Amino acid sequence: MTDTTQNPETDPLPRRRSRFRATLVRDRKAQAGLAVLILFVIGAVFAPLLSPFDPNAMTLDMMSGLSWTHPLGTDDLGRDLLSRILHGTRVSLFIGISTVGIALAIGIALGLVAGYFGGWLDLLIMRYIDLQWAFPNFIIAVYLVAVFGTGLLNVIVALSLAFIDDFARVARSMTLSLREEQYVDAARTLGFSKGRTLFIHILPNAVAPIIVQATVSVSYAILGEASLSFLGLGVDAYTPTWGLILADGRGFITQAWWLGVFPGLAIMLVVLAINFVGDWLRDALDVRQAVGD
Amino acid sequence: MTLLRVENLAIDVARDGQSCRLVHDAHFSVDRGETLAIVGESGSGKSLTALAVMGLLGEGLSVSGGHILFDGEDLTTISARRHNDLRGSGIAMIFQEPMTSLNPVRSIERQLTEGMRLKNRLSRRAARARALELLTEVGISDPERRLKQYPHQLSGGMRQRVMIAIALSCEPELILADEPTTALDVTIQAQILSLTSRLCRDHGVGLVLITHNLGIVARHAQNVAVMYGGRVVERATARQLYRDPQHPYTQGLLASVPRLDLPRDTPLRPVPGAPPDPTVALPGCRFHPRCPKASDICAEQVPDFIAEGGHEVACWNSGIQKLKSKGAAA
Repeated sequence: MTDTTQNPETDPLPRRRSRFRATLVRDRKAQAGLAVLILFVIGAVFAPLLSPFDPNAMTLDMMSGLSWTHPLGTDDLGRDLLSRILHGTRVSLFIGISTVGIALAIGIALGLVAGYFGGWLDLLIMRYIDLQWAFPNFIIAVYLVAVFGTGLLNVIVALSLAFIDDFARVARSMTLSLREEQYVDAARTLGFSKGRTLFIHILPNAVAPIIVQATVSVSYAILGEASLSFLGLGVDAYTPTWGLILADGRGFITQAWWLGVFPGLAIMLVVLAINFVGDWLRDALDVRQAVGD
Repeated sequence: MTLLRVENLAIDVARDGQSCRLVHDAHFSVDRGETLAIVGESGSGKSLTALAVMGLLGEGLSVSGGHILFDGEDLTTISARRHNDLRGSGIAMIFQEPMTSLNPVRSIERQLTEGMRLKNRLSRRAARARALELLTEVGISDPERRLKQYPHQLSGGMRQRVMIAIALSCEPELILADEPTTALDVTIQAQILSLTSRLCRDHGVGLVLITHNLGIVARHAQNVAVMYGGRVVERATARQLYRDPQHPYTQGLLASVPRLDLPRDTPLRPVPGAPPDPTVALPGCRFHPRCPKASDICAEQVPDFIAEGGHEVACWNSGIQKLKSKGAAA
């Protein structure tokens, strides 16, 4: 999204950078969130190096508790839980972020166009959005995966399509109020195109609610992937994802608590961290709050 | 060639299948380096006329008659694309509310250079240099620092100066200023107005100053068009208008402005009544229900424009009209 709202050519970087820094210093939650996210990203990137074992290697050491060899224990097939969670981070983070990225781009474009041009275009787009809104996101994702089949790409597509309506609604309602602002008229009197007015003059003013929506959605997307995997509609049975690990461990939770706790903890930490970081981004991008002199 | 000539402009609004005329007959002209003031009360159609010139009439509003000739081109018939090209580089506009006419999330530099970079194809460096020049020209001190700032960090007067700089940035030939000082402190108003008219004169830009304040007209405009109920009722040079107002409405406006050269206890005489409802058809002169001089013909026939020495008026009972009809009878 940064690409559409900021023009690196006309906006000197140091200023924006210092604004981010200034707000970060004050924001403890953002610091914690950022630290957790960085840890997870490092874990995801270096998963093959950091994992003590092959995540899919089965051993006879089944459902053993926490030990030095298996810091987070092993599952019912004797696979090392730490290695599986580390590898699962890759898929979960990737799905969470790419899903929201796609949904955000399409949803915002639809919402902006509907809100700005109004008329039959608005009617057409919003009736479709209403239709989608009537179904829970997860039901739509399940339906799409059922139609297109499982696999990483299909899961991402299914989840992103399911989230479009949320972004379209936020973007449209912001556009409806922003297009009446006088600075939008002022931009038009300088002869800027409608597209430019829409993306350069209106969109940046709608960033705050969109970021809130995006961070909440990343959390839901990670949970969505976990749920799809849990139902067996996820990426596939061999790629460890947090949802799949959780689903596999469900049957043994009474004997091996770590099978439920650790993947759940990973999901919770990342979701929480993303929300904190999102709050910080929202504040940092609001010039009225961030610049104080 | 006259820079802007508006002839018999009519603007309609269509709502629920019914159309209603808001501007009946606007006509005036401005030349390069010249200031024309359009004076009238709220709802007289002065802002609509400006929007029609910009080609930015809102939904449901449309030009239904007349011509807007800008540099010989009829703006009522040109393509939307051509009109868009003219905005900014041909005609620019300054708005009433400086607090809301700058985008709150974009720095002054980006807003000021945007037009130059897009319309005049200036490089970033050249646009920046020109922006600094413009800010200095509109009287903003420390322009380097101001460029980096955001609208909320500037005062109302400074924002209006920035708006003027933005309007001038693409080197337009005509600037429409729609009540540019209404939202400002009285002390700033005079500064902003003389700045605007001086800059327009220096750059050879035609200026249309839309206002309801006759007081500011005298000092800054050469020509005045008085609008009432969607119609231009009197046109004259500022000097003629003040010395010898012809239309009873103009006379009423002048009598309702406090003056320092009259005894202090001279009562102000407001114009009685309210402006006409555009949805109600009103035959004859639109001012006749409020007019102290109204006679029978005023309610029946729309008065024609009568000109005498560059002073034009549309009124059955004006001095010029009487002079003319006397001449015709003899």
